[in-house]
Amino acid sequence: MKEIVVISGKGGTGKTSIAASFAWLGGKDVIVADCDVDAADMHLLMQPDYHESEDFYSGEKAIIDQDKCTQCRCCIDVCRFDAISIRDDMLYVDPLECEGCGYCARICPENAITNEIQNAGQWYISTIKTGSTMVHARLGIGADNSGKLVAKVKNEARKIAIEENKDIILIDGSPGIGCPVISSLSGVDFAVLVSEPTISGLHDLKRVNELVKKFKARAGGIINKADLNIRITGQIEHYMKSENILHLANLPYDEIFTYSMTCGKTIVEYARNDLTTSISVIWDTIKQAI
Amino acid sequence: MKLAIASGKGGTGKTTLSVNLASYIAKFQKVILADLDVEEPNSGLFIHARLVSKKDKFKMIPEWNEKNCTLCGNCKEVCNYNAIIQLNSIILVFPQLCHGCFACSELCPSSALKMVPQRIGELQYFEDGNLSFIESRLDIGQEQATPLISLTKTFIEENFTDDIIKIYDSPPGTSCPVIETTKNADYVILVTEPTPFGLHDLKLAVGTMRKLRRKFGVVINRYGIGNDAVLNYCVSEDIPVLAKIPNNRRIAELYSRGKLIYPTIPEFESEMERIRTYILRKAYCK
Repeated sequence: MKEIVVISGKGGTGKTSIAASFAWLGGKDVIVADCDVDAADMHLLMQPDYHESEDFYSGEKAIIDQDKCTQCRCCIDVCRFDAISIRDDMLYVDPLECEGCGYCARICPENAITNEIQNAGQWYISTIKTGSTMVHARLGIGADNSGKLVAKVKNEARKIAIEENKDIILIDGSPGIGCPVISSLSGVDFAVLVSEPTISGLHDLKRVNELVKKFKARAGGIINKADLNIRITGQIEHYMKSENILHLANLPYDEIFTYSMTCGKTIVEYARNDLTTSISVIWDTIKQAI
Repeated sequence: MKLAIASGKGGTGKTTLSVNLASYIAKFQKVILADLDVEEPNSGLFIHARLVSKKDKFKMIPEWNEKNCTLCGNCKEVCNYNAIIQLNSIILVFPQLCHGCFACSELCPSSALKMVPQRIGELQYFEDGNLSFIESRLDIGQEQATPLISLTKTFIEENFTDDIIKIYDSPPGTSCPVIETTKNADYVILVTEPTPFGLHDLKLAVGTMRKLRRKFGVVINRYGIGNDAVLNYCVSEDIPVLAKIPNNRRIAELYSRGKLIYPTIPEFESEMERIRTYILRKAYCK
């Protein structure tokens, strides 16, 4: 079983549109995992049926029992996150500030503080329009632990791939280089880096590639909107060569990305032209590379 | 006045709006721009200013002192993040997982875990006339962006007075780094695009802002592409639309080269003026 992750560093480079096209091309051979859990969009193109859903619990928040609390303020002294404050002679925990370390609960002389595990979102198993299975999730509004939810989605996808005897897991990652990205990269075989020829695109590609290099994954690069700035496209090609990133393709600046999304379709379903041929070739190249 | 510029979806134009708005406001008055997208900070690519200072930023993590340790195992029990494990007679600390709560250190009966600083990134402070620009950059491999965002906000609060307009360029998404960036903002601008992805992620961002009880409005970027669903949503939810930035390939080209947009594209400049007027009114009527 092989895992392919599509990431980008910078947002808005066309990562999800391209990943969804791969999911369409891969059809029943591919288990899809949408690991961009705090702005998951893959479901808008894949018509999931949400046949299984489960709450995701992770992380704790402190709660003060006002009947037991004697306002000794020991908890305020130990809290490094300034999460506890006094209002009308009562102590309150601000759930947005509380990191759930549990220190206050441990030292409270009245045992007035408990930690409550938090509902941090839901995750789903769906049959999608390709007939295959997609694992996806929705992070609760303002919830922490997106990295752990990513790990959950990936693990479920792995279980299903083993049960259904599928060879490929396709993962849509999130932008950035922080915990959800690190979590989506762990254990993958191939990382597709979707970039764009803007100075931000190049800058973010370099940072995400530095992160990818800490993992054992092979990397391949797609330059989307390549004709937007030919000079920077050249710089990205040069950078990919020097970093031994497999140059998968340059894609043109094409509003089909938006049109197809507006119809709820992947690019390769919506149109048949040079762009979609290129995407099919990329998918075949990746399958060969793994 | 703290103005945060956020979005659910990435790549909708947060940085474009932040750098152009900050630079435009600087023509009239003092303004601070802070790039709090510490994982992928890009504002600095558009701002050419003089470096004033540079500081390493640290979080506190425990360091094991073998000599003092009695291997009682208390530290690994109190750690809620699994950042400490015991392997036979060795205590191992995983700095990436540590949130710096000090519990292991302060509750250690034999003072065997001292808290020491570990670098997580760097803060740079630049100036160009009326514009002060602050950029923080997370070291690659660090998992937690939130502590660096928080330290950067502290730097700004300690060095600048409240009457100056402060623009915070936020990371994308709706999770903890976004909460940290927007939770004390006086006003939040959510940048979106009129596409299904844009609308879906805008709804998540609106949900987050309502939960945080922030005042917010929307800027629609690439207006004209896609469909009217974003505009209809804003109208039906009574969310003010501060500006509509037209879909224009020239804007994308200028952006690609690291250029500011408003000096060359008048329709873009008029949208910046519209936002500036709106924000100033909000600032005075707080």
